[in-house]
Amino acid sequence: MLSRVAERMYWFGRYLERVENTARLINVNTNLIMDLPKVKHIWESLIEITGTREAFDQRFSRIDERNVMKFLLDDEFSSIKAAILGARENARTTREIMPSESWVLINELSIYMNKHKTKGINRSGRHELLDEIIGICNQITGYLEGTMSADTPYHFIKIGRNLERADMTTRIVDVGCLNLMNPELEIGQYENILWMSVLTSLNAYQMYRQQVQDTVNGEDVVDFLLKNRQFPRGVAHCLAEVAQASQSLPRNDNALRTITHAQRTIDQNDVIALLNNEKLHDFIDNVQLDLSDINGELTTTWFQRNVDQELNPSQSFTQTRLFT
Amino acid sequence: MDLKNYTIPDRVFDEILTNTNRARPGLGQLVNFLKKNGIQNLNERKHNAELAIQTMGITFTVYTEGTNIDREWPFDIIPRVIHQKEWTSVEKGLKQRLQALNLFINDIYNDEKIIKDKRVPKDLLASSKDFRPECVGMNPVYNTWAHICGTDLIRDGDGTMYVLEDNLRVPSGVSYMLENRNISKRVMPELFKNHDILPMDDYPAQLFDTLSSISPRPLDYPEVVVLTPGIYNSAYFEHSFLAQRMGAELVEGSDLIVADDDCVYMKTVEGLSRVDVIYRRIDDLFLDPEVFNKDSTLGVKGLMRAWRKGNVALANAPGAGVADDKVVYTYVPEMIKYYLGEDPILPNVPSYMCTDKKQLQHVIQNIENLVVKPANESGGYGMYIGPRESKRRTAEMKRLLKANPRNYIAQPIVNLSTVPTLCDNNLEARHVDLRPFILQANKSYVTAGGLTRVALVRGSLVVNSSQGGGSKDTWILASKD
Repeated sequence: MLSRVAERMYWFGRYLERVENTARLINVNTNLIMDLPKVKHIWESLIEITGTREAFDQRFSRIDERNVMKFLLDDEFSSIKAAILGARENARTTREIMPSESWVLINELSIYMNKHKTKGINRSGRHELLDEIIGICNQITGYLEGTMSADTPYHFIKIGRNLERADMTTRIVDVGCLNLMNPELEIGQYENILWMSVLTSLNAYQMYRQQVQDTVNGEDVVDFLLKNRQFPRGVAHCLAEVAQASQSLPRNDNALRTITHAQRTIDQNDVIALLNNEKLHDFIDNVQLDLSDINGELTTTWFQRNVDQELNPSQSFTQTRLFT
Repeated sequence: MDLKNYTIPDRVFDEILTNTNRARPGLGQLVNFLKKNGIQNLNERKHNAELAIQTMGITFTVYTEGTNIDREWPFDIIPRVIHQKEWTSVEKGLKQRLQALNLFINDIYNDEKIIKDKRVPKDLLASSKDFRPECVGMNPVYNTWAHICGTDLIRDGDGTMYVLEDNLRVPSGVSYMLENRNISKRVMPELFKNHDILPMDDYPAQLFDTLSSISPRPLDYPEVVVLTPGIYNSAYFEHSFLAQRMGAELVEGSDLIVADDDCVYMKTVEGLSRVDVIYRRIDDLFLDPEVFNKDSTLGVKGLMRAWRKGNVALANAPGAGVADDKVVYTYVPEMIKYYLGEDPILPNVPSYMCTDKKQLQHVIQNIENLVVKPANESGGYGMYIGPRESKRRTAEMKRLLKANPRNYIAQPIVNLSTVPTLCDNNLEARHVDLRPFILQANKSYVTAGGLTRVALVRGSLVVNSSQGGGSKDTWILASKD
C-alpha cells in the first residue's frame, strides 16, 4: 500500500470521527444549556474543548451561542463543514481503495451539510441537522466495517478513528475538570448534571450506568472514560484498538513501542487520586503529548515521503490538524 | 411528447429521426418511448440523472473556474444509437488506423522509411511540437507506442462517418462513457428491456490486460499503476475511476522513485516496491524533470532513464503524441496504404495543408467558410469557425496563418449530425460527435460505442465539455438475425 494513501486513509478516519464528535458535542451542550440556563460559559467551553480559542478570537469579538455555532458549523478553520471537507478530500484521493459506495455516502454527507448548515445556527433546526450528520457518519463507519477487508487500508482508518476518539475523550474530560475547578462558573449544586453531560457528550451515559452501579460522580466518570477497556470511547479502549491495528502492519516496532508507552501512562496512574489532588489537568496534558507522539511515530514509520515534492502546502489536506 | 415541431437543420443527418420526423429503422421503440412520455416525465428522469451524478461524485474540472474543482458531469438522458452492422465496420476502421499510426510512430523514431520513400515530407516532423528526439531508437514491445487512443468521429449530412482527429497523448473520457451507461440504466431501465444494447463495461479489464501485456518482467501479476498529476487535473475523476476498476494503484509523481538500478519503485508502507507498467496521465513534458521540463513537480526524476533501459513500460510511450498533430493527421490515409497496403476504411475529413502555398491561399480566400484549427491543441481551444467569427478575429486568423502556416490546418465545415436532446421543455436537435477508445498491444480492442459529446447550445458545433458541451449514452444496437 502506498505511503501517501495510507496517510490519507488515516486522516480520513480522523476527520470522519471529528465530524461525528463535534456534532455530538454541540448537541449535548445545547441540551445542557436548557437545564442550566444560569450557568454562563458553556459556549466558551466548546471552544476550549476543540482547542480553537485563538482562531475563534480572530474571527469573532464575542463568545455567544450564535457565534460559536457559526464557528463550529460553517467556519473554514475548524468546523464540521471543514472536517467533512477534510474527510472528503482524503477519500477523493483514495477512492480506488475504498468500497465505491462509501464515496457516495461521503458525497451525500457533504451535499447535506452544504444545503442545511444554516439550520443549525438556531436551536430549532439544530437537533435535526446534527442528528442527520451523526447518522450519515455512523452509516459510513458501519458500511466500511461491513465491506472493507480487515487489512492494511482498513487498519489505517481504524487507527485514525481511534486516535481521534481518544483525543476527543481526553479533551472533554479535561474541560469538565477545569469547569469544576473554576469558581467563577458557580457549578456547585450542578456538579452532577455537568458530569452527566460529559458522559452524554461521549454517548457514554448508558454504558456507564450499566457498569458503575452508583450515582454519576466525577471520580467514577473520569475513571470510566480514561481507563475502561470495554467502552469504545474510553481512552484505554481506543489505545488498545490502535495497538491491535498496528500489530498487523509491517515495520511496526517503533510505533508499537510508542503506543505501549501511552497505554502504560493510563494504566499505571491513579486518575481518581489525581482528580482529587487537582492534578488531573497536568496528567491529561501528558496523555495528549503521548497521543501526539503516536501521531508523529506513525508519520515517520509509514507516511514519510519526500516532503519537498508535495504540491504547495495549502493543497495538501493531509497536513492539517485542525484541533491543535 | 409531440415530435412534430422537432426541426433538423438543413443538410444535417439526425441519428434518431429521418427528415420527416419518423423513427429511423430499428429505433421505433425508442421514438415511441419519447412520444409516450410527456416532457414532465422526461424532466423527472433528467432530474434523477442529475441527482445520481451528484451523489456518485461524477465530476470534471474546468481550469478557468479557479478553486471550484468539482463541476458535475453534464449528461443528457436521450441516447445516441448506432446499429451494430455499421459499428462493426467502424471498429475495423479504428483498429486499422491505430495499427498504421503505431507503425508510423515506430518508423519515424527508427528507420524513417516513410520519409526516405518520400511519402511524408521530412520537415513535417522537424516542426512537430510533439516529436521527441529523446525517443529516437526506442523499440517498445509489439512496436506499439500508442496503447490507448481516443479517436473523434463525426457524421456529415450524407451520413458518412469521418475521422476528425486522433488523440494519442492522454485521451480522456472513457470513465464518463462507462458512467453514462450506468446512469442511463438507472433512469431509463425500461428501455434496456426492449433493446439489445451491447455492454461496454469490460473496458477496464481490457485496459488492464493491455497494460499487463507490455510489462518488462514476465510475471503473473505485474505491478500496474496509474500516474496522475493529482486532484487539480481536469480528469482526476477518471484517473481514480480507472485505477479502482483495474485494481491498480493510483500514484502521483511523488509516490515514485527511480533507484540506482534504474528501476522504478513506489513508496509503500512496506518499503519500496517495484513498478512494471505505468499508465501515465501526465503529458510528456512533465514526465521527467531530468529530461524534459526541469520545474515539473508532477513527474518522476529518472523515469525516462528507466524506460530507455527497458525496466518499466510507459503507456502511452513518450513521443507517441507526434502522430496526434493535426498536420500529421492529414497523412494518415497515406500511412494506411504505405504500412498496411490497405485502403482506409474510415475517411479523414478533407483538410487543407497550409504549408502548401496554393492551399494556404485557398484557405485565406475562403476562410469564412472553413474551420481552422491549431495543429497541437486539444479541448477545442483556439478553434476558428469561419461563419461565426467577428471580422477582427478573421483578420487575426489570416495574419496567424501567414505567419505560421505549419501550426494550422483548415477543413470545410462538416455539418455534425444531431440527436434529440432535452432542452428546457422541449426536445431539440443538438449536434454530436463520438469518441470511441481503441486499445492496442498484443491485440486490438475497440469499445462498444464511445463517448458521445453534444453541443448543448442551439446550432453550436463545439462539443468539448470544457466549453459547455454535454454528453450522452451511446448504444450499439445488436443486429436482429
